[in-house]
Amino acid sequence: MTEDDFVGQRRFDELIANEQRVEPTDWMPEGYRKTLIRQISQHAHSEIIGMQPEGNWITRAPSLKRKAILMAKVQDEAGHGLYLYSAAQTLGVDRDTMFEQLITGKAKYSSIFNYTAPTWADMGSIGWLVDGAAICNQVPLCRASYGPYGRAMVRICKEESFHQRQGFEILLKLMRGTEQQRSMAQESVNRWYAPALMMFGPPDDDSPNSKQSMAWKIKRFSNDDLRQRFVDMLVPQAEILGVTLPDPAIRWNKERGHYDFGELDWSEFYEVLAGRGPANSIRVERRRRAHEDGAWVRVAARAYAEARSVEPERIAS
Amino acid sequence: MTSPGDSGAREMWPLWEVFIRSARGLSHVHAGSLHAPDEIMAVRNARDLYTRRAEGVSVWVVPASSITASDPDARGAYFESPQGKEYRHASYYTESDSVPHL
Repeated sequence: MTEDDFVGQRRFDELIANEQRVEPTDWMPEGYRKTLIRQISQHAHSEIIGMQPEGNWITRAPSLKRKAILMAKVQDEAGHGLYLYSAAQTLGVDRDTMFEQLITGKAKYSSIFNYTAPTWADMGSIGWLVDGAAICNQVPLCRASYGPYGRAMVRICKEESFHQRQGFEILLKLMRGTEQQRSMAQESVNRWYAPALMMFGPPDDDSPNSKQSMAWKIKRFSNDDLRQRFVDMLVPQAEILGVTLPDPAIRWNKERGHYDFGELDWSEFYEVLAGRGPANSIRVERRRRAHEDGAWVRVAARAYAEARSVEPERIAS
Repeated sequence: MTSPGDSGAREMWPLWEVFIRSARGLSHVHAGSLHAPDEIMAVRNARDLYTRRAEGVSVWVVPASSITASDPDARGAYFESPQGKEYRHASYYTESDSVPHL
């Protein structure tokens, strides 16, 4: 360790201990930088890939209003991806490198987006359950020790609660509809419930990086704590919706002051994470094609900017 | 002196820092950054990316490479001088506390 590193480490430790933010120009440990690059870029990738299951439903949404809402939501997700890519770049990683890692399958993104969305009710379940889990996870990240990440998360969380509420409303409308609509909503909730709970990551005992992330104050709560918080919020909401959460083990535990819930099938989580989910290859392939097919737009925009920047006389001649 | 957002020639498009004025009479505040090939497209993209919910009435974009930041290692020399200079603040002068309109 050099003298500079020694001084830097001491200053970094002080910042973390005093709940201060670390900014891009500050000295930081290599592990902290790497962890953040991985986490923020994975997060950005999740937003970008997350546009697909819903983008697929824009043309089939049941009314003009629902189409407009869904478009706004997908646009938000693109925006969230961009905020997060920018935050990751302040750590010294290139945008192009991150894109490359995503389309070659080298980089991970949230396993939830590898499930398919076969019915309109899935737009409701994704909003209520998937975005709901995301908010639960993301609100504490607004206080992450790395400044640009925390600030990006504040902006994202503000937009995210619209996503959750529009999803809840879709399910509510279906539950107030015909018998067929109700069963469509219930069937969709049945499919998304467990994967949404898995979004918080593996149980604490199997989550090797959590401890360090919490010590660095990137994460504020453990996976299991966040999952419990989410279930506690879901149960009363499910009652209002009139849907059944597909876990017979759910019951109020008076001693703990929380809802108990059953074990999750983690083998499925690891299968999906390993690339064997229902839609892994479709998602990455579509992203790769969009990136490659859009190359001409990037080239054209740059050529236009360059042409505009030269003297007008020279363009004329 | 360094430029915090300068990614050099590694990116296809330059990086821009975006500043938004939320209402007339307030200052422009940093909202975030984005990539764009030129300033016109940067402003347009900034509107799409950072003002989808009526966040502002005016957008500035600045090439990130045009921003010069103070040296983080020189923090002490740059920012410690106000310490011990409480007399620069009005609240330092307590003798006049009970005097009206002063």
